[in-house]
Amino acid sequence: MNEVKVIEIKKSVFAENEKDADALRVELKNKGVCLLNLMSAPGSGKTTTLIQLINRIKDKIRVSVMEADIDSDVDAVKIKETTGVPSIQLHTGGMCHLDAEMTRQGLDNLDLEETDLVILENVGNLVCPAEFDTGATCNAMILSVPEGDDKPLKYPLMFTVCDLVIINKTDVMPYFDFDIERCKRYIHQRNPNATVIPVSAKTGEGIEALAEWLRGKLSC
Amino acid sequence: MHELGIVFYIIRDVKAVAAENHVEHVSTVVMDIGGVSTVVPHLLTDCWRWAADKEELLKGCELKCNIIPAVTWCDDCKQEYETVKHGKTCPHCHSGNTWLLRGNEVEIREIQVKELRC
Ligand SMILES: Nc1nc2c(ncn2[C@@H]2O[C@H](COP(=O)(O)OP(=O)(O)OP(=O)(O)O)[C@@H](O)[C@H]2O)c(=O)[nH]1
Ligand SMILES: [Mg+2]
Ligand SMILES: [Zn+2]
Ligand SMILES: [Zn+2]
Repeated sequence: MNEVKVIEIKKSVFAENEKDADALRVELKNKGVCLLNLMSAPGSGKTTTLIQLINRIKDKIRVSVMEADIDSDVDAVKIKETTGVPSIQLHTGGMCHLDAEMTRQGLDNLDLEETDLVILENVGNLVCPAEFDTGATCNAMILSVPEGDDKPLKYPLMFTVCDLVIINKTDVMPYFDFDIERCKRYIHQRNPNATVIPVSAKTGEGIEALAEWLRGKLSC
Repeated sequence: MHELGIVFYIIRDVKAVAAENHVEHVSTVVMDIGGVSTVVPHLLTDCWRWAADKEELLKGCELKCNIIPAVTWCDDCKQEYETVKHGKTCPHCHSGNTWLLRGNEVEIREIQVKELRC
């Protein structure tokens, strides 16, 4: 006779990844490496902002970049060509996010002894990357002006997990109904501790403030 | 796309539990999926069918999704309400000082194994 045996598990599917991520954070801390996970919707200006930022800090801080993309490697090539810092491509194999295991595999391809800061450009997406802890020491996201100031209300989790929100494309502010103060209020409703820095990766405005924030993060 | 990543996590966890319990084949995996967890159950079961059938342990194994309705708590009037219907704003007192109580779960509740007994 067939009998059914039930084995109770009662465990979140994210639990294992969170364990991996915590372990990775400890390892990075011991090695003295900071891992910044940069997220945003597609096209908010992650790559453009990184190029500006890296060119400003690279003579004092040893930076490497990991570009996560579903398939292409245009961003990794662009970073290498415009900044000269080591930059590798991670393919997510069709997945909409990176997790701690994939991040670790990427880090294995970098010389961490020679690195102070690794920046991970996550897959362009405001939902999934927020749900999967990569093991990063800090999380940042970019919201660009054309996307609208109400995004913190629509994608609360993304704004909750980020230590830093960069508001990019401030140069196009005159053409959009984007209210920075209102946006800050929405962000702080979700996450009272978030730092908000407005920048234009096109004109370079605000990039120094961003560099300053990062230097502060690295020194502690 | 998201669902596929979650399916890989489920397979990894189920494999570990099966190995611990010396199980050779799993017939059903039961999930608790919150109503606002962003996981779409029918996409999850589609991805599951594709990925599970590649594993000896999980060939033909069914994935059952048990939906947990999302409920929000209002900290101002101390009442609960249905999240999906009213969102972040409390329908009783219109406060925005509200927190999700449940509905965000993506949990493996149990696995079922058919045993031959005489
Ligand atoms: N006007 C203006 N355009 C910008 C700014 N920053 C980026 N852009 C433009 O926005 C477009 C997308 O920029 P990317 O840096 O490729 O954006 P991304 O977030 O890396 O995009 P994905 O990697 O595809 O998700 C490009 O055409 C940039 O030139 C800015 O500050 N102002
Ligand atoms: Mg990019
Ligand atoms: Zn996803
Ligand atoms: Zn209320």
